[in-house]
Amino acid sequence: MLGNLLTNYEDVAAVILFVIGMGNLLLQSNLVKKIIGLDIMDSAVYLFLASKGYIEGGASPIYVDGIMDASYYINPIPAGLVLTGIVVSVSVSALMMALTICLYREYHTLNLDEIMLKLGKEEM
Amino acid sequence: MTLVQNFPFFCIILSMFSAIISFPMNHRWAMRVHLIMVTVVLALSLCVLGYTASTGESYTFMMGHFPAPWGNEIRIGVLEALMAVFFSLIMLLSVLGGLAHIGRELKNSRKNLFFILLDLLMSSLLALIYTNDLFTAYVFIEINTISACGLIMIKKEGRTYVSALRYMVMSLVGSSLFLIALTLLYTITGQLLMTPAKEALAELVAAGEYEVPILVIISLVTVGLGIKSGLYPFHTWIPDAYGYTTPSASAILSSLVSKGYLFLLIKIFYRVLDFEFVVSSQVVNLLFMLGILGMIMGSWLAIKTQNIRRMAAFSSVAQIGYIYMGIGLGTTAGVVAALFHIISHGAMKSLLFISISGLSEVSDDKSDFESLKGAGFRNKLAGVAYTVGAMSMIGMPLLTGFISKYLFASAATTALQGKMVIAWIALAISTILNTVYFMGSVLTIYHSVPAEQRKPHGMMPSRVESVGTVGLIALNVGLGVAATPVIQAIQTGLAIFG
Repeated sequence: MLGNLLTNYEDVAAVILFVIGMGNLLLQSNLVKKIIGLDIMDSAVYLFLASKGYIEGGASPIYVDGIMDASYYINPIPAGLVLTGIVVSVSVSALMMALTICLYREYHTLNLDEIMLKLGKEEM
Repeated sequence: MTLVQNFPFFCIILSMFSAIISFPMNHRWAMRVHLIMVTVVLALSLCVLGYTASTGESYTFMMGHFPAPWGNEIRIGVLEALMAVFFSLIMLLSVLGGLAHIGRELKNSRKNLFFILLDLLMSSLLALIYTNDLFTAYVFIEINTISACGLIMIKKEGRTYVSALRYMVMSLVGSSLFLIALTLLYTITGQLLMTPAKEALAELVAAGEYEVPILVIISLVTVGLGIKSGLYPFHTWIPDAYGYTTPSASAILSSLVSKGYLFLLIKIFYRVLDFEFVVSSQVVNLLFMLGILGMIMGSWLAIKTQNIRRMAAFSSVAQIGYIYMGIGLGTTAGVVAALFHIISHGAMKSLLFISISGLSEVSDDKSDFESLKGAGFRNKLAGVAYTVGAMSMIGMPLLTGFISKYLFASAATTALQGKMVIAWIALAISTILNTVYFMGSVLTIYHSVPAEQRKPHGMMPSRVESVGTVGLIALNVGLGVAATPVIQAIQTGLAIFG
């Protein structure tokens, strides 16, 4: 059991990071910390994805030295997926930051609990 | 390859390009582009539906020049074409029905943005319907989330920012879980296209390897898409998100956005994981229980609220519960009922949201029950529309909600006996609760009020809005009267779906 965890140490790290990120995203009341949590969570997924594409001892998949054999290189597809994923998460983070700015302008605080309190007063 | 076979691809590209070319336009042109685009998509999807129904089999369309398993592809059958037809029809009618509200509630500078977001939403929904590639599905899930978030916060008020934030937080957790599931699936099968992945997975299952990872994949996909579509314990973002934005956006969010994820979930169950295997893995039982809980709790929360828009939003939680209950029955008949309810709930809920906006604007823009008394006299069309929608929700014969409930009840007989009894009891309780709050609200809007309060005041619906509302009423009645061809199309589509 422990041996499995040690050989798959990237996966273990990814899971731990994912849980930390998700906890921050869901539980933090500070909006900026929420966004940081989101980024940690996304990075954990990309770490997981990238580590799955790495083959021990493989070269980077760029065809320069004339070797056609696929087993010489690492798997490039996960890297491509990570790149796409990063683009997605950048746009999501940007959107969250824009939302945070809008909320700060409206309520002059970054604390979600205080915002909810002010919102409750508004509706009274 | 005939010309018709290219149409699904045209639809996706057309809606995406209309979003791009609308950026420099003013809001009138953006609106025209959007309406023309949705009409064209509807017409093209009808052609595709006719074509696939006549051939009776599905076909794959290669995107780019790389064949499977390397390239990207979309796959089109009767079911996908049917969904595309209804999604574009409901989108068109909801936008028409709320057009004047968009004009009044949004600033001129933001109106073209609204239509751009709708264009993007349409393209991502179509892509979710048609795609045969898991990673493409992930990317379009995110596009869908971002444009839905834009629609929620389009009014730029404090309330809507908070709803958008809540929506984003829940949604992002959902899509991350989905991405992990996808990574795991890619790791053990080496495929991203759905059809080859299913073959690879079937070999692994037959050999009895990777049992735990496969179970993890099923659970992560289910939970991830469950969160995004508002399955019961993850429903907390729904009432705020649907309750405060502009009416067209509420109608589209509740009747289309969550349904896109549901359709994708059913597609993954059928096309990647193999539905029989999912059934044997017990995950469907979890969906069944959560669906039942959602049906009852959603209705209960709807009874307790005093605001008609939030009531309709909570009712969405209950209706999503119905759909999950149908999937959870674990039989083909259950999935057919769930798919029919996806369409049927879309028609009912968009009608309700559009008519609620018509009722509240003749009641000083308030949406609590006290102010809405007698609103049905002040705005007659909206009153009739709301009554039709509410009756349909309750399950009156000749309306689409009745067919849904009938399909669910008869699908329950095909399931295990324990599930059958639970499903019937839940359907009965939920129908009673539905009746309580929907009849209560109908009685409120026709509550007798003094004559001077019966006169219409405030803005009256424009002709375009009336067309949208009447169209949605016709859709509800039409689906209720002539449901057989739609059900048959779903059945034939589902048979060739996997």
